[in-house]
Amino acid sequence: MTLMSYRQALHDTLRSEMLRDENVMLMGEEIGVFEGSYKITAGLLAEFGEKRVRDTPIAEEGFTGAAIGAAMLGLRPVVELMTINFSLIAIDQIVNHAAKIYGMFGGQAKVPMVIRTPGGGGQQLGATHSQNIELYYAFVPGLKVVAPSTPADAKALMLAAIRDDDPVLFLENLALYNTKGEVPDHDEPAVIGKAKVTREGSHLTLIGYSRMAYVAKKVADQLADSDHLDIEVVDLCSLRPLDRETIINSVKKTNCAVVVEDDWLTYGIGAEVAATISDGAFDYLDAPVRRVAMAEVPMPYAKSLETAALPSEHDIIQAIYQTLDATGHRRSKTGPHD
Amino acid sequence: MIDITMPRLSDTMEEGTIATWHKQVGDTVKVGDILCEIESDKATMEYEAYEAGTLTEILVPAGGLVNIGVPIARLDNGKGGAAPVATAPVEAAPAPAPLSEAPVAVSAPAPVASAPEVADADRAGIIASPLVRRIAREQNLDLSNVRGTGPGGRIIRADLDATVPAHVAETPRGAAMPMATGPLVDEKRGSQEIPFTPVRRVIARRLGESARSIPHFYVTAVADAEALVQLRVQLNEQLAATGRAKVSINDLLIRACALALREHPLVNASYVSDNSPTMLVHDRVNIGVAVASNNGLVVPVLVDADHKTVSELGAETKELVSQASTKGLSIDQMSGGTFTISNLGMFGVEEFTAIINPPEGAILAVGGTKKEAVVVDDEIQIRHRMRYTLSADHRIIDGALAAQFLQTLTRLIENPLSLII
Repeated sequence: MTLMSYRQALHDTLRSEMLRDENVMLMGEEIGVFEGSYKITAGLLAEFGEKRVRDTPIAEEGFTGAAIGAAMLGLRPVVELMTINFSLIAIDQIVNHAAKIYGMFGGQAKVPMVIRTPGGGGQQLGATHSQNIELYYAFVPGLKVVAPSTPADAKALMLAAIRDDDPVLFLENLALYNTKGEVPDHDEPAVIGKAKVTREGSHLTLIGYSRMAYVAKKVADQLADSDHLDIEVVDLCSLRPLDRETIINSVKKTNCAVVVEDDWLTYGIGAEVAATISDGAFDYLDAPVRRVAMAEVPMPYAKSLETAALPSEHDIIQAIYQTLDATGHRRSKTGPHD
Repeated sequence: MIDITMPRLSDTMEEGTIATWHKQVGDTVKVGDILCEIESDKATMEYEAYEAGTLTEILVPAGGLVNIGVPIARLDNGKGGAAPVATAPVEAAPAPAPLSEAPVAVSAPAPVASAPEVADADRAGIIASPLVRRIAREQNLDLSNVRGTGPGGRIIRADLDATVPAHVAETPRGAAMPMATGPLVDEKRGSQEIPFTPVRRVIARRLGESARSIPHFYVTAVADAEALVQLRVQLNEQLAATGRAKVSINDLLIRACALALREHPLVNASYVSDNSPTMLVHDRVNIGVAVASNNGLVVPVLVDADHKTVSELGAETKELVSQASTKGLSIDQMSGGTFTISNLGMFGVEEFTAIINPPEGAILAVGGTKKEAVVVDDEIQIRHRMRYTLSADHRIIDGALAAQFLQTLTRLIENPLSLII
């Protein structure tokens, strides 16, 4: 195990996969000479050369399409979209081509590519650069969408994504790049489609992914200290396929759930998780499932408004209290927590 | 539009009184604003708003007492959908059952009962969480007497805790018991896994907890049962002649215990918790009778046993025992006990000790009535004798009190006419 940042884990995994398999190559804006907007690809152009680390024009649709073609012909391209907001320019390539080619053409060609892209707000990047629109891709059969929340998961899921024969959208998060954690030294790919119980508990199931899985774990640890609450945290890790079994089993144990997400509430990932619980654990619910999500506004630029729009730890704690109140759960503190 | 309901502010809170309203109708409410102050059983606490909006209605004025979960005010959060006006009036709030730890009120209607449109909308007229409905289905529980303490009077798992241990609900059916793995199941022992029934789980949890946490002590006494046996013979001749059901030694014993508890009310009591500054002494004498039914050990409760005649107690016991073995007993029929009698006399047991059935303070373990050679007036005579052992919770009952209770019980058994007058 080595303590490293999420950013470092991604960098090291890309590098080790490039060393392992010469078909792995990188494409994206400013990833070579400039070494990436978030420095994930630092040093890789110098080490592997222009053939395998391609700086592209500012033309997401074009280079995403080029990567799809390269994947169909046997390479394993890893495309960097500078943020998930720019994927909207490439969405036709992703949804209508990458996701469909294998099935629509009778399995004649696979598309083993990875699209790496960070989402997330909180950096004062304004309404068009702060979105969490992974849902658009999690919605589409033919794609896989993974969303690690820790450096170790970033490594394991990146290994799995590169080695997977289907197109994988790999969701990163601007606020996670500098977070640190222990990362195994050996290469063990994750199983795409498996969620993780990152904290065992019996009082309530708190479900999140990406940054919100990180925040959920933090809140649960905090409430264990301050309120003696025993909260189970489920990190979805993968949005498609969604690990419904882990979600359902956890709620069967705790009888109530709160889903937290950085995207908007209406039609969001949380809605799918809530429906999953209703389907699979209805007879175990002692209270309605609650969701905590971003305010339904385009992300404001002003720092105060941006902070207000994002779901906060306080919001999550309130939702937990309300849910536990509804189940008559006895908690040691009586007032709302600040 | 949302309803703001009376919150649960402490472990034991069942109802709360509005001390003062800090917000008035028409006031703008921000998240975190203090809406009102609420007096619970423990203290007066400020109640902060979870949601922002405008306070449109105060349903419970200052001084009003309502159960938790009952709407106390209405807040317009800008999301429309006016809630139906279906709230329990303040005076309709059922009185708490202060002598029972179980949130199962014998006569209290659920707060939703005063809302016919809600009740009509629900097939069974009962609002309960899906979890509660499943537990009720699986364990054949009657929810109609359970008072819901969730939002809007919803019956939640916590309301069933008196009879159903939490982990029955938490453990998915068919999930492996802790016993099922590890070295306990092995070839050498030839072990088999027998799944727990829900009743077995309740017994395991409650009695395990009792044996672990209650400092038991035991006091044994012996009574000359000659007069009791004779009285029973005479009574049964009379009852048979008029075509009525016979009474058993146990029926007479229930009556004797009820009268002895009247004389020693401090035995008819409950320890609350290490944090509680008070213990509970119960005004009503409700005697549980341990019964080995087809469905496992159950303890039906004879309510107000001190106000019932021996034949009434006999008939009621017979009915409860047969019901326990056939359709099962309701929560109501098994809760609210203040003392338990366990009788193994019919199995030839001379004497034994029993584990207290919490939250009761004591249990009487009764052996068989049999003939013994005893010294009476310096002569050896053959007399019927009966031994019984009181297990008492030393936190609230001392040895002398236990001994005095047994003295009274022995006096009643040896002078049994007092049982039928």
